[in-house]
Amino acid sequence: MDIIKILENTVAAFFGIDAAYFALAAIGLNIQFGYTGLLNFGQSAFMACGAYGLGMTSQYFGVGMWWGILIALALVIILGLLVGIPTLRLRADYLAIVTIATAEIVRLVVRSVRFKQYFGGSDGINSFSTSFRNLSPFDPGAQYGIRPFQYSGYSLWTMIVGWTLVAFFSFLVYMLMKSPWGRVVKAIREDEDAVRSLGKNVYSYKMQSLIIGGVVGMFSGMIFALDRGSVQPDNYSRDVTFYVLTALVLGGVAKVRGSVIGPMMFWGLYVFSDNFLRELTKDRPFEIFGFGIIQKAQVGPVNYMLIGLGLMLLMTFRPQGVFGSKEEMALDGR
Amino acid sequence: MDAERSYSELAVRARAALASVQASPGVAKPDPILHAEKVKRNFGGVTAVDVDHLEIQRGSITALIGPNGAGKTTLFNLLTGFDAPDNGEWMFDGKSLKKVVAHKTASLGMVRTFQLTKSLTKLSVIENMKLGATHQAGEKWWNGLLPFRYRKQEAIIERRADELLKRFKLDHMRDQYAGTLSGGQRKLLEMARALMTNPRLVMLDEPMAGVNPALKQSLNEHIRGLRDDGMTVLFVEHDMDMVHDISDWVVVMAEGKIIAEGTPDQISANPAVIEAYLGSHQGKSLLEGEGA
Repeated sequence: MDIIKILENTVAAFFGIDAAYFALAAIGLNIQFGYTGLLNFGQSAFMACGAYGLGMTSQYFGVGMWWGILIALALVIILGLLVGIPTLRLRADYLAIVTIATAEIVRLVVRSVRFKQYFGGSDGINSFSTSFRNLSPFDPGAQYGIRPFQYSGYSLWTMIVGWTLVAFFSFLVYMLMKSPWGRVVKAIREDEDAVRSLGKNVYSYKMQSLIIGGVVGMFSGMIFALDRGSVQPDNYSRDVTFYVLTALVLGGVAKVRGSVIGPMMFWGLYVFSDNFLRELTKDRPFEIFGFGIIQKAQVGPVNYMLIGLGLMLLMTFRPQGVFGSKEEMALDGR
Repeated sequence: MDAERSYSELAVRARAALASVQASPGVAKPDPILHAEKVKRNFGGVTAVDVDHLEIQRGSITALIGPNGAGKTTLFNLLTGFDAPDNGEWMFDGKSLKKVVAHKTASLGMVRTFQLTKSLTKLSVIENMKLGATHQAGEKWWNGLLPFRYRKQEAIIERRADELLKRFKLDHMRDQYAGTLSGGQRKLLEMARALMTNPRLVMLDEPMAGVNPALKQSLNEHIRGLRDDGMTVLFVEHDMDMVHDISDWVVVMAEGKIIAEGTPDQISANPAVIEAYLGSHQGKSLLEGEGA
């Protein structure tokens, strides 16, 4: 078993592009779910808005890639209003149901044959990211850095942009949540009617929170699409939303640190356990006293089982997540 | 003991104004701040509220009493826009509130509290207070990103919040989570927070529920203090001693209707009220009258 390789891959995953785009999605979700208490189970739809906003520039509009930001922004706002107008007046559970359905609808629409000319169907969209590639100051063919932090020029470029966006939005959320605006949304999470009785337009604040969180999620989808150089409908399925939610809870909700470091740890753990199981079963199935435990082909599913187990343990023994506040958690039961 | 209390000038004025008002349900007052006309609310087949006419005298403390299920809280919800009546008109300070949504009533100067205290447990006491201030520039998200655009106003709000906390004797809990307060302290916090909106009419839904006797006395003082600062108070209460102690006028509801109005002394001698509470005509409507 190559322990050095496992550890190297784990450390690299902490800072990898996957952690970066998850962190962006989690920062957005944290605004909605962590601070405002909106159960948005459709963050992947907002991410898809970002990715398809970029993709549609070449697929349909035939304009430069940078227009994609504006197109995506328009898509996010339209989606936010569509989802928010009917549900935000209702209790939290309705939003959860509607968002989960919305995300599926968005995915099915963009992969449908009927709208292939706009969204590229199930093949998705490729070749839209040239302008972004051309901006890169690094040589795309060369390898940069030292192991385990060794990246091709293009990966390094997307990572730098990705983590810069993470830093930027973390700062933004920190400022927002320190401000009176943050006070209002946190109060809405506690009790809407109390906030309403004090003269705040709760509905409008919830909508603002949904859309601001959606815009951060949009950048997550963009970074992901730029890194892969393609937009694929099935990259924006329900799983993504729930992994992001998991990563956020792991880090600790309603904490800026939690929304950034949670995704890093999520990917670190994921890669560690995946690599570990692969190494374990590399040559022959793993057995204890002749009793078969796991073989090569089972690594993928078993890995998810282990992650699930880990999360259950986390929720049992540290429900506030790594950075969450125990005091705040304790106030819930009162 | 009641007679020996020295009343503030405003209290004396309010009582004098109400002294000449006839003690009958739905009677007109000399200077009403709140005025409801034919407000009706059905829940399915049940008529929860059916108020023909109600006026609340400006500058007074008015108690709203009645047995459980009389529709007091529903009336509160209707008047503050938390619920919409099936029909009816109601005005606050001459302005119709018919199409006004709940959050707008606060900026008009009408604030309410809730029967089940709504302290925002994961916010600190001072944050709870600061939330109450209206027209905050920093509550716009784009201003929230630019601290210099709200810092000055925030300091003013914080000063006012600290003064109120001192007055309500919560200043020692200033930076604690509101969730760590006792039930009575939460009532105080909710009242203090409501005052942050600079209201003209304060509507308290059972301010004394679950509050220990020692704290009740100080709550009483605070409610009197509101009137003496020029506010109008309308409150729902079950504790008759307290009602008698602090209110200038009492409105009695039963089965959604207003069945009696008057000064506390008149009300305690009113047979319809005694009936409503004790139910001497069991099984019959409370409104049928004694002869029925």
